[in-house]
Amino acid sequence: MPTVRWYNNRRVRGVLYQIIVLGGVVALAAYLVDNTLHNLERRSIATGFDFLGREAGFGISETLIDYSPADTYFHALLVGLFNTLKVSIIGIVLATVLGTIAGIARLSRNWLVAQFATFYVETLRNIPVLLQLFFWYALITEALPVPREALNPLPGVFLSARGMRFPEPVWGATHVAMLVALIVGIVAAVILARWARRRQERTGQIFPTGASATALILGLPAIAYIAGGAPTALDMPELRGFNFTGGVVVTPEFAALLIGLVLYTGTFIAEIVRGGILAVSHGQTEAGLALGLSRGLVTRLIVLPQALRVIIPPLTSQYLNLTKNSSLAVAIGFPDLVSVANTAINQTGQAVEGVAIIMAVYLTISLSISAFMNWYNQRIALKGGR
Amino acid sequence: MRAFVLATAAAAIALGAATTPAQAGATLDAVKARGEVVCGVNTSLYGFSYPDDKGVWRGLDVDTCRAVAAALFGNAQKARFVPLSAQARFTALQSGEIDMLPRNTTWTLTRDTANGLNFAPTTYYDGQGFLVAKKLGVKSAKELSGATVCVQTGTTTELNLADYFRANKLDLKPVTIEKYEEVTAAYLAGRCDALTSDISQLASIRANDTPNPADHVILPEVISKEPLAPAVRHGDDQWYDIVVWSIFATMQGEEFGLTSANVDQALNSSDPNIKRFLGVTPGLGAALGVDEKWAYNIIKQVGNYGEIFDRNVGKDSKLQMARGLNAEWTKGGLMYSPPFR
Repeated sequence: MPTVRWYNNRRVRGVLYQIIVLGGVVALAAYLVDNTLHNLERRSIATGFDFLGREAGFGISETLIDYSPADTYFHALLVGLFNTLKVSIIGIVLATVLGTIAGIARLSRNWLVAQFATFYVETLRNIPVLLQLFFWYALITEALPVPREALNPLPGVFLSARGMRFPEPVWGATHVAMLVALIVGIVAAVILARWARRRQERTGQIFPTGASATALILGLPAIAYIAGGAPTALDMPELRGFNFTGGVVVTPEFAALLIGLVLYTGTFIAEIVRGGILAVSHGQTEAGLALGLSRGLVTRLIVLPQALRVIIPPLTSQYLNLTKNSSLAVAIGFPDLVSVANTAINQTGQAVEGVAIIMAVYLTISLSISAFMNWYNQRIALKGGR
Repeated sequence: MRAFVLATAAAAIALGAATTPAQAGATLDAVKARGEVVCGVNTSLYGFSYPDDKGVWRGLDVDTCRAVAAALFGNAQKARFVPLSAQARFTALQSGEIDMLPRNTTWTLTRDTANGLNFAPTTYYDGQGFLVAKKLGVKSAKELSGATVCVQTGTTTELNLADYFRANKLDLKPVTIEKYEEVTAAYLAGRCDALTSDISQLASIRANDTPNPADHVILPEVISKEPLAPAVRHGDDQWYDIVVWSIFATMQGEEFGLTSANVDQALNSSDPNIKRFLGVTPGLGAALGVDEKWAYNIIKQVGNYGEIFDRNVGKDSKLQMARGLNAEWTKGGLMYSPPFR
């Protein structure tokens, strides 16, 4: 074997290059951090995260947790985070439902339905989402009257430029019981479904899982409600002074943001669903029918599992997009994380820390969604060797 | 071996660069080299900074910037304007995107210190108030409990609002929106009962943006002090001096009775104070590091403070604001320039 000098050794070189690249990255990061700190100090701009413990001093219009201007910046940011999560979670659920319906509708044999779905997808997909948010916000605030002239389409429901007010059941022991019953129902339904599957694998007998699960999940809370004396007390919205009090409120900001995000993301999901269904060859359906399965069973057992494998990865991207687009809330006054953090940055002047917090939080949310969807994707993926 | 050399070189660059300060007192040099002053102004606020129908920037804040350009270059047109939202303004200044920030910005302790700013003299003494629709029948801000209030985010206004409602035990429902135009639109659409901002700004909105100004009233309460002052970055003293004294020159010009119309005749004045001020007797320009004609150029091209005020927000404008606190100190106001000597 000819002698190779150590620096011509392939493995040594490989390791060496990696060390150099890593060293370069570390040096660059260190330089940036050092330079930033140096410049901030030279311009006497405060640094550090101490400001999180100080009193925020500004108001936030909608909060899921208790908040007052006397609370800390940390608490204010938490309020913003919860608002972001609220709009993202509700948005993801609604966009999935809407997108699935629209995607299937585009494949419909009904001409009108297919054309309508195509029109929806092609228009809203091609208008920037920020413009759509402005549009919905302007529509809601301009079209609806002031509270004193609020629309009253149903008893107890008031629509005004301040938002939509609905009556809210007065929370009582019965409602707690219903919640417990709901959880028990869900757990029982899961156990039932497992038992039914095992029985089917063993004996071939099919158990009506869907219907029984629905009965359990809806029936148990209903029984609890009747057993609790069927309380009908409602907290009705009532015009007092400037605005309505009581009931639940959906603000124009939240409504505009949710409508905008759901309609926009729904178009992309519709295309993904359509693509996923088309990706399953028609021969699969025919084979299923030839085996004597019903159309419903063919869809559920043959087409859908294969379509999902195509749908899930791009769907994950759309969920991430919706979550990230929710930061556009700042334009129409919904106090999401970015909006609150921006205010905090402005009041404290600590832009670097504030932006770092925003980025870290979005990264965490996005990675969580990603991790969940990847787990789900693996669960439904074809297992090797089967 | 080459890899080692490269690595060493790379490390040397990174380390070497890190020890070099990014810039030191460089604003003035940069402005001179560029040949124009870059000012951050409001996106569109009638009376303070807005582009007119020919696209020319006008307003009190714009004129402040032009005064600095006149002092530095002898030409008030050598100014460029960058419209900034309330949130973006300090970052734009800190990052060096703009040289100065004459953008109806309230001078506060935190901004002067933690934000790394230096404030020049106040160019407009303002206070925060509330604009409400007349048909609401509200006579006082104390009656606003439970009211929805539109406010621009990233302003002292936002904090004062929360403080005022807390102090008076009123229930507050704020709607905070980033852009001034969107806040106004939300108020006009009826999203809020009241709009809160500096009173000059409310007057501007009332005169300019409402379909019928008579339908809206500004409530009598003034809930805060809002001295609006131009800001520059910390750590560039000569540049700061030029900005400060350019503003003082407009005030001193008014005190001397010098206007853009009569300043040419005043060059022949025998008053030693005026001769010194206009650079007929040299010395002040050299001390400041600008042309001796600097104050003359400001008065000739931009006007004295009274002219700037009247033209943009006072009696010759749609806003019709009274001089009030913004009158000369000799007439009961707060506009007071230290001596030019």
